[in-house]
Amino acid sequence: MRKVCLDAVYMLARRDPRVIFIGSDLGPGVLEGMKKEFPERYFMEGISEANVIGMAAGLAMDGFIPYVNTIATFITRRGFEQVALDICLHRLPVRLIGNGGGVVYAPLGPTHLAVDDFALMRVLPNMTVMAVSDADEMRRLMERSLDWPDPIYIRLAKGGDEVISKEDNGFAIGKAITMRSASTANPVLFVTTGVMTTNTLAAADALAAKGIDSTVLHFHTIKPLDIAALLAHVAGAKAIVTVEEHSRVGGFGSAIVEALTDNLTAFPPVKRLGLPDAFSKHYGTQNDLFEVNGLMPNQIAEATERLLNQL
Amino acid sequence: MPLDERSIYLRKLVVRGLAGGGRGHLGPAMSLIEILRVLYDDVLRFKPQNPAWKERDRCILSKGHGCLGLYAILADKNYFPLETLDTFCKRDSILGGHPEAGKIPGVEASTGSLGHGMSIGIGMALAARLEKRDSRVFVIVGDGEINEGSVWEAALSAGKHCLDNFTVLVDYNKIQASGPTKEIQDLEPLLDKWRSFGFATTEVGGHDASALRGTLASLPLVARKPNAVICHTTKGKGIPFAENNPDWHHKAKIGPNEVANMVIALDNYHA
Repeated sequence: MRKVCLDAVYMLARRDPRVIFIGSDLGPGVLEGMKKEFPERYFMEGISEANVIGMAAGLAMDGFIPYVNTIATFITRRGFEQVALDICLHRLPVRLIGNGGGVVYAPLGPTHLAVDDFALMRVLPNMTVMAVSDADEMRRLMERSLDWPDPIYIRLAKGGDEVISKEDNGFAIGKAITMRSASTANPVLFVTTGVMTTNTLAAADALAAKGIDSTVLHFHTIKPLDIAALLAHVAGAKAIVTVEEHSRVGGFGSAIVEALTDNLTAFPPVKRLGLPDAFSKHYGTQNDLFEVNGLMPNQIAEATERLLNQL
Repeated sequence: MPLDERSIYLRKLVVRGLAGGGRGHLGPAMSLIEILRVLYDDVLRFKPQNPAWKERDRCILSKGHGCLGLYAILADKNYFPLETLDTFCKRDSILGGHPEAGKIPGVEASTGSLGHGMSIGIGMALAARLEKRDSRVFVIVGDGEINEGSVWEAALSAGKHCLDNFTVLVDYNKIQASGPTKEIQDLEPLLDKWRSFGFATTEVGGHDASALRGTLASLPLVARKPNAVICHTTKGKGIPFAENNPDWHHKAKIGPNEVANMVIALDNYHA
C-alpha cells in the first residue's frame, strides 16, 4: 500500500507540476525515480516534523500540492499544532501520508503505534481523514487526491494487505462503500474502516454460516463522514457494530455514534470494537495485537453474537 | 535613538488600535515599528490593491502578538481603512489579537502560536525558487519566540536549502513576557547561533531607520546563505512608562486616561 501510494505521488508529479514530495528522513531508496526525474520537487528533509509540515504549508500557500510522508504517529502527534494552524486553519491542500497506521509497528512498541491518529486528525476543522482497505483502493484515492481542495490525512496500512476493494464499487472521497449487502430485512450492520473491513468481511462470512445476516459498510473516508449512507443502512438494522484499528476514544466508532445521536432520536444498539484506552503492553505482530484486542475475524464474530444474545 | 515624525505617527496608529480594543500587546508592537516601517517603505515589493500579486515579496510576522504594529503599517499602506483600527478585537472585526491571513488583506500567514513563521516562510522561499520568481521572504521573530525548538528546526532547513532569498529579522528587545531574556532563557551568543546554523548574519539598531535601510539594502549578505538580521530594540519603544517594562507586554482594560497618557508620551518623546 505504501509503495502504491508513493508511486502514485511520482505519477501525479509527472502529470502536474504543482505536486511536491516531502519526506522526513525516510531511509534510502524512497521514490528514487522521482528524485532523479524531478529533483527540484523532491525533498528529503531532516527529522523535523514541525518544520516539514510548516514548510509544506508555505509551499501550498503559493500554489503547490505537497505530499508529506513520515511515520503516522510522528506526522499526527509531533507536528500537531503545525497541522492544525499552518495547514488546517489556512485550509491548504497538503496531503499527510502516515506510515504504519494503527498497530502496524507492533514490534516497535507504543512510541510507534498510531492508535489515536483518527481522533487527532478528525477533530481538526477542514481536515479530511482517510483509511483505505488495500493497495487497489489506495490507487483510487491517490488519483482523486490531486484536486481535493482540503488537507488530507492518509493512513497507510502494513502493506501486502489482502485486496478486497473492487473497481466496480467506484470511489469518491467522502462516500462509503457497501462491501456486503444483507439478504434479509433485519441484519446486523457492520461499519468499518481501513483494513478492519477485511477482518469484518471474514467475520460476516462466519456469521452467515450460522444464519446471522449482515451488511458491511466500508468508510475509507472517516471525515467528512458519509452520514447519508450510514443513516440509509441503519434503518432496519437489528444492531450496529463499528470496527476500527484505533483507540475507542475519539476515533471512527465515536464519529459513527456522534452521527447517530446528532441525526436520530432512536437507533439500534451499538457495539464499538477497537483498541482500549491504554498504551499497548505487547509487541509481536499486528495480528498479535489484533488478537489481544479482539479484532481478529473470529473475535469480531463472537463479539457480535454476544451483542445479539443480549438483545 | 530619537524617533522622527513618521515613527511617532505609526506608533499613534498602534495606540489607536489599542484604544479600540481596550487591550493589546503594546510592548511587542512598539519594538517592531521601525523594522516594519523600513520593510514596507523601502524594501518590500507589494501592491495593496492586489495583495495576492504573485511577484510580491512576502513578510510574515511570526511573533503574531506584535500585530498592532503590523496593522498600523498595513492601514498606512491602504490595505484597509485607518478606521478599521478602531475595531481591534471587536466581535466582527477583521483585526483580532493575532493576525489572520484570509481575513486581513496583506497578512501572509495566520500567526500567534510562536515558532511557526519561519517554516512557512521557507516553504514560500522554496516556492519562489521553484517558480523562478525573484520574490523574497522576510520573517520577523521575537526573542522570546526563538525559545521554541521549531525555530531551530527551520533554521537548519533554511541553511540546508541555501535560501538567500530568505531573511529572518529578530526583534531583540531583550524582554519576554516574564522578564529579561537574560534571566528567563538567555540567547547569547545569539549571532553565533544563527551563524552556526548556516546563516549570514548582521546586527543593527532596530529603531534606526537609516541603519535598517542600509542593512536591508545589502541583502543577501552572502550568496547562497539565508540572512539573519538581529535588530536591537527596546520593548515598548516610544512610551517611556512602558519601555522595558514586562507589565506592558500585554494589557487589558486599557481606559481613555491611559490612552491619553500614551499619546502625550509620544508627542513629547525625544529620547
